[in-house]
Amino acid sequence: MSFLKIENLRKSFGKVDVLKGIDLEIEEGGFLVLVGPSGCGKSTLLNTIAGLESITSGSISINGRLVNNLHPSQRDIAMVFQSYALYPNMTVAQNIGFGMEIRGVPKAERDAAIAKVAETLQIGQLLDRKPSQLSGGQRQRVAMGRALVREPQVFLFDEPLSNLDAKLRVDMRTEIKRLHQRMGTTIVYVTHDQIEAMTLASRIAVLKDGVLQQFGTPAEIYNTPANLFVADFMGSPSMNLIPATIEASGSDVAIVMQREGGAPLALPFANGAGALAARKGQKVVFGIRPEALTDPDSADRNARHVSELDCAIEVIEPAGSDTFAVTRLGGREIVARLRADAPISAGQTARLAFNLDKAVLFDPETQARIA
Amino acid sequence: MSDEKMVGTTTGNRLLRALLYTVLVLFAVYYLLPLYVMVVNSVKPLDEIRQGNMLSLPALFTLEPWAKAWSSAQVGVQPTGLKPYFFNSILMVVPAVAISTVLGALNGYVLTKWRFRGDDVVFGLILLSCFIPFQIALIPAARILGFLGIAGTTTGLVLIHVVYGLGFTTLFFRNYYAAFPTELVRAAQIDGAGFFQIFRRILLPSSSPIIVVTVIWQFTNIWNDFLFGVSFGDFDSLPMTVALNNLVSSSGGVKEYNVHFAGAILAALPTLIVYIVSGRYFVRGLMAGAVKG
Repeated sequence: MSFLKIENLRKSFGKVDVLKGIDLEIEEGGFLVLVGPSGCGKSTLLNTIAGLESITSGSISINGRLVNNLHPSQRDIAMVFQSYALYPNMTVAQNIGFGMEIRGVPKAERDAAIAKVAETLQIGQLLDRKPSQLSGGQRQRVAMGRALVREPQVFLFDEPLSNLDAKLRVDMRTEIKRLHQRMGTTIVYVTHDQIEAMTLASRIAVLKDGVLQQFGTPAEIYNTPANLFVADFMGSPSMNLIPATIEASGSDVAIVMQREGGAPLALPFANGAGALAARKGQKVVFGIRPEALTDPDSADRNARHVSELDCAIEVIEPAGSDTFAVTRLGGREIVARLRADAPISAGQTARLAFNLDKAVLFDPETQARIA
Repeated sequence: MSDEKMVGTTTGNRLLRALLYTVLVLFAVYYLLPLYVMVVNSVKPLDEIRQGNMLSLPALFTLEPWAKAWSSAQVGVQPTGLKPYFFNSILMVVPAVAISTVLGALNGYVLTKWRFRGDDVVFGLILLSCFIPFQIALIPAARILGFLGIAGTTTGLVLIHVVYGLGFTTLFFRNYYAAFPTELVRAAQIDGAGFFQIFRRILLPSSSPIIVVTVIWQFTNIWNDFLFGVSFGDFDSLPMTVALNNLVSSSGGVKEYNVHFAGAILAALPTLIVYIVSGRYFVRGLMAGAVKG
């Protein structure tokens, strides 16, 4: 049973189509993250759910109720804005209570609700301050408090963490997740940060140019990206995408990649080999995430298909917990993720293990995943 | 580096600064001289002025010219002084400033936060009214005032000034509200606030700098207006500026310069007071939005 349902949603500003037929749904208590590069339409999509932007066609329903033409205040939603949008002339308590004041909730009831939210978010000592007297993190909490106090059916978050510094961002991320687990309210969350998307979401929708690229769980998005864009956008460092050719003899399929100053590299490929055999001789893009390309010692022991090959290492980037090694395949820079103390140095040849269980193939023409 | 360290590190620097201050002081004196002449001569008996030295301090100090200018000087045909006209002006300026400011604020609010198809064309047309010379509008304005039956009344003058000021007040508020975060308006919408609630509770409390600018601008312009006053005013509605002109040009016999000076200062006093009281905010308001933070 989907709680928030969006069907064939279109939005145009004059001649410009910003959203081109979006279909999404999320169950009650779910955490839907809309992610994509700037200008992909994710904030517009959120605004249409909030009712701040009208829609050109399609439908939005919340808990079985069609909300297309309802005023934002009647949709039973609450929104946290990127700039926090705290009313500068009001105190924290007045900010949180403003919506109730407008709805004519009695003062005593209002104060009780404000106190309860303040306790949840630990902002009790800030209630009499003005927004200008608060730090970024405190403003963030107040903005969430203003949303919480409404006890809405759906929370909408518009890049709420993008104005915080890196450390605070991670803390607030955890806090939002904890809050969601405790309250179990449905959340729609917009971000351009794919790590935020992965960590928070129960479902991720990846958008580009107003078109939904893929909609699935974080694991689906990460492990089996629908196309080259999703593969490249999600994950950091991003997936290695290497031009390759398919070779097949009988039912054995191999992926062949060119190497500078060496023989081509051939990797036996077992995932969906039957279908791939038909593509014999065709160009494909071979995708493998850095963590599936490691030193042999730290290769996944549960993997069924691992190939070990010698590669020339160009650069070593120690990152503390891991070491990243840059090599070159098919004319592209390739990043491998090794354990921190892997005995490897730049300029040498090292043996790398390719975990082919985790590898994917794309059609370079249609950009879609084929295996 | 602190200011103290910068000043006087070298003698050249000090010399430059001295030169700078000299020039500034000279300019200040130059600009203040007319005011000095007016004040000094408004508290002298007429005989003293006739002796020829306009710059000397009064030998005999008297406030009689002020009293005369205020309450008994011949203005036009009646010896009423400037007093009734002063109140005519007040009765005209206060509502005209208030109404044009409120309407300008509403216009600015709509043009930035409730945008509609063709809103920039509407704004362009409103802006155009800032550039229409007074003279062109005189005859149409007279026709309209006649049609409405408010020719020669203070109400008529208020209407003319409101309409004429609307272009400027709209411009001020539109530009101010353009920098006002739209997310605040959206948050208030989600909180359920309506059109006027958002205006009154969210925008207006943050608008004091631009309100001050608009009020000063409108007050000085309307107070100092002569053309509309002389064209559309009657005895019950003639503003101060027209009365001052009548005082200076119509006193048949002796030219009472001291009374004229006092009258001129009286006419300028309200705008001066407005500047002194809120000048600080004026500069601050004009700069608002120019620099971030």
